[in-house]
Amino acid sequence: MTESLRPSDDSLYPSGQMEGNAVLPEGDPGTGFLETRGGPETTEQAGLDLKVRGQWAYARMRFFRHRLAVAGLIGIVIIFGAGILAGVVAPYGYFQIDLTHILAGPSSTHLFGTDGLGRDEFSRVIWGIRTSMEVGVFVAVVSTFIGLVIGAVAGYYGGWMDNLLMRITDLVLTLPLLVILLTAATLLGQGNQWRVSIILVLFFWTGIARVVRGVFLSLREKEYVEAAKASGAGDARLMFRHMLPNTLGPVVVNATLAVGFAILIESALSFLGFGIKPPTPSLGGLVADAQQYSQQWWLTVFPGLTIVLIVLCVNFVGDGLRDALDPQQRRMRA
Amino acid sequence: MPDPILSIKDLVVEFKTEDGIVHAVDGVSYDIFPGETVGIVGESGSGKSVSTLALLGLIPLPPGRIVSGTAMFKDKDLLRLRKKELRRVRGNEVAMIFQDPMTSLNPVLTVGSQLAEAIKTHYPDEKDDAVKARVIEMLRLVGVPNAEVRYGQYPHEFSGGMRQRVMIAMAITNSPSLLIADEPTTALDVTIQAQVLEVMKRVQAETHAATIMITHDLGIVAEMCDRVLVMYAGHIVESGDVGTIFKSPRHPYTIGLMNSLPKLTEDEEWLEPITGSPPSLIDLPPGCPFHPRCFLAREKCRQENPPLVQVEGAGPTSAHLSACHFSDELIGRKTKFSEEAVA
Repeated sequence: MTESLRPSDDSLYPSGQMEGNAVLPEGDPGTGFLETRGGPETTEQAGLDLKVRGQWAYARMRFFRHRLAVAGLIGIVIIFGAGILAGVVAPYGYFQIDLTHILAGPSSTHLFGTDGLGRDEFSRVIWGIRTSMEVGVFVAVVSTFIGLVIGAVAGYYGGWMDNLLMRITDLVLTLPLLVILLTAATLLGQGNQWRVSIILVLFFWTGIARVVRGVFLSLREKEYVEAAKASGAGDARLMFRHMLPNTLGPVVVNATLAVGFAILIESALSFLGFGIKPPTPSLGGLVADAQQYSQQWWLTVFPGLTIVLIVLCVNFVGDGLRDALDPQQRRMRA
Repeated sequence: MPDPILSIKDLVVEFKTEDGIVHAVDGVSYDIFPGETVGIVGESGSGKSVSTLALLGLIPLPPGRIVSGTAMFKDKDLLRLRKKELRRVRGNEVAMIFQDPMTSLNPVLTVGSQLAEAIKTHYPDEKDDAVKARVIEMLRLVGVPNAEVRYGQYPHEFSGGMRQRVMIAMAITNSPSLLIADEPTTALDVTIQAQVLEVMKRVQAETHAATIMITHDLGIVAEMCDRVLVMYAGHIVESGDVGTIFKSPRHPYTIGLMNSLPKLTEDEEWLEPITGSPPSLIDLPPGCPFHPRCFLAREKCRQENPPLVQVEGAGPTSAHLSACHFSDELIGRKTKFSEEAVA
């Protein structure tokens, strides 16, 4: 630090000359309704009974007033919770065979019935949730990160850098996803969930990159970015400290929706037999297995329904977040 | 007289547009001395902001281009510094206050963290506690009441005047030796303007930073500045100390500016504007850029651009310069404000 300024001297501020002091006597901490972080004494002093609310508190309140979003969140917590605790929740192992119950319908011992080898379908769905969840979360996190960096660089620097990165993005977007995925799966061979995830990431970053680039293009012209530049911030600091937090809303929403979409694509791939290889159970794989048993409805319905539920819940949460994080929306929905 | 802290010579800045090249700043030279406050006045597009933004490398290149000139600041030419060196100067030795406090603060970061950021940018090793203490001290200095609480609040919880105080605190927090204020009160209403100017004065008394005050409000110049530069169409047309310029301006444009102001002490039904409109900076008229609107204009003005020459006084801070072929004819010419300046 350079030579310090002399500490402030109260005599420099004649009372009444400053904003705020006009209403309240000197020393009174602010005018009640401006307070959001003040301690309880503050509001009591002002004779007002106000709740302390920050930006995040508002977002949280908006989210929790969104009924579908809350329902979605509860659904996700239950489903993903079961997936995380699969070892505890699942009554049987996913390859544990009960020869006395082959193709048995739903019952109290086998909630979702059993498959052609006598394996408990409920346990297999739960282990499948775990696999799908791993794919969904991994793809969303990694592709969001890649998309953020590429979008930020393209939007911040503009010019040829923007052109180059966005043409690459366009190129990836024009590729027919399923065809490429099938080819890649064939060439690389089927594998566990991580291999599928990495292939998915290669396609999923584009959406977020475009969103972030768009936001950055408009942020670049903002005065506070220029002001930060004038106070000596470098490129990286400007991009990641000053501009990135402003993209948080759309990024969080996109990342959430990406979880659902990745799970859907992974299921489709596994259903077609190009995704996750048995014995690792996956929801898509379970539906595919059920094809040979057209009479045993439980083998199709339960894993299928689980996929639908996960994606639905994730999308509800995404919608709720979109509304809650919209910075334009200061008011609460009634 | 001490050496100038900032010495600008022959600065030329152009912008390439679809319609042609805009000559935003066309051969501007001036010195700023330690501790003084210099006003730059002129109408929109006269180059007053661009000439200072260029110093900090804040002009978008392209379309902008710094064609020529030097800007010596403490033995360094700001126009030729490498990006990294320039960054060390920005916000540290030279700081800037922007026009619109409503948009100059990042809406998603708390005010305290933005101020802390300004310190951390230049002093990354500083401890968080020390930085926070410094920030709160700065907030107090610019008259933000209840600074500890305000530290954790977001910009939308601040009024316009309070935000501009925060911007001032941010600018002075690293004790700059040169402060550039680009129309610091234009976006504020009149009562708040007075308060913010008060804060600026106090801050200047505390920091002893030389200040460049860009404005189009002659009232602010009269109140705040020691010297004033009048700019027109990318040129400095007149400069001198504030008292002299208000009492006996020697350029027709300055006279026009003053006469166009309302005088509160008199009941004026009509104001007296400068006739015509500012020239296009793409296609400047030949000769003196002001001649199409000038009451003194004659043949010589249409052909020769008058140089900025000394018409009165001497020495670096008391010289009175004017860029007019016929400035002598203006000696003794009264403006509305002549008597007040004397008084």
